Amino acid sequence: MTTTETAPLVPSFDDGEGAGRKLAIICSKGNLDMAYPGLILANAALGEGVETHLFFTFWGFDMINKKTMGDLKFTMLGNTATHLPQGLGGIPGMTAMATHQMKKSIEEIGVPEVPEFLQQIVDSGGHLWACRMSADMQHLEAADLYDEVEAIISASDFIEKTDGAQLLFI
Amino acid sequence: MVTTTIDTHQIHVDDEGFMTRYDEWTEDLGTALAAQIGVEMSEEHWKAIRFLRDDFPERGETATLRRVATVGGIPTKQLFALFPKKPAKKMAYIAGLPKPRGCV
Repeated sequence: MTTTETAPLVPSFDDGEGAGRKLAIICSKGNLDMAYPGLILANAALGEGVETHLFFTFWGFDMINKKTMGDLKFTMLGNTATHLPQGLGGIPGMTAMATHQMKKSIEEIGVPEVPEFLQQIVDSGGHLWACRMSADMQHLEAADLYDEVEAIISASDFIEKTDGAQLLFI
Repeated sequence: MVTTTIDTHQIHVDDEGFMTRYDEWTEDLGTALAAQIGVEMSEEHWKAIRFLRDDFPERGETATLRRVATVGGIPTKQLFALFPKKPAKKMAYIAGLPKPRGCV
């Protein structure tokens, strides 16, 4: 059956109830597989017009450290979701192989590597922040970090900046 | 099945208002759809919309924002400027295509 609308049926792209929605994502892991959830969700939120802030802390610093950001790794060790014997993960070269495989799978579906993904997030209007304590612990300064990181800030500054935001800890 | 009338064009749409028939679309209609969501079409807008239209039959799905940027050659920043807030969905709507299904 065909129904005909009298008023034009147009999708609502207005903010509506979500007006001023904000998302804060805390990235605390430096493994390749744990870098992506935050990046993908940030990218999705930005595409929906949601103001998005990412805070990199502890091992998550590897995602914005110029020396490591392009070289995150995936290990089978301690990850039962590979459904392979745990002992295999400890064999020399296995982490490199698993990393290579995962990077290939990610590339095959057109998802960028971490540095390019961060650039896409920034180009979409996302904000990147580095954790002060992690920088101090690792003796790193702004110059050591990805250029698009806006500043090294304290945890309380981040909480202040993301007032009213929904928060994800990864 | 739902039809709606946009600026004298009668079209088939889904529950939200996205067009469901690729061949019902024309550039005139694209301009009318854009006007419905507050977008005034410029040559820059058309470049993105034409890329989406050309890409769809080949791929069988609507290009994601990333694909418009990397394959279509229109920088992400510019897409956000042309189609503010929700560029992927707005582009799909104007191009008479379904919403993109890809995550990135």
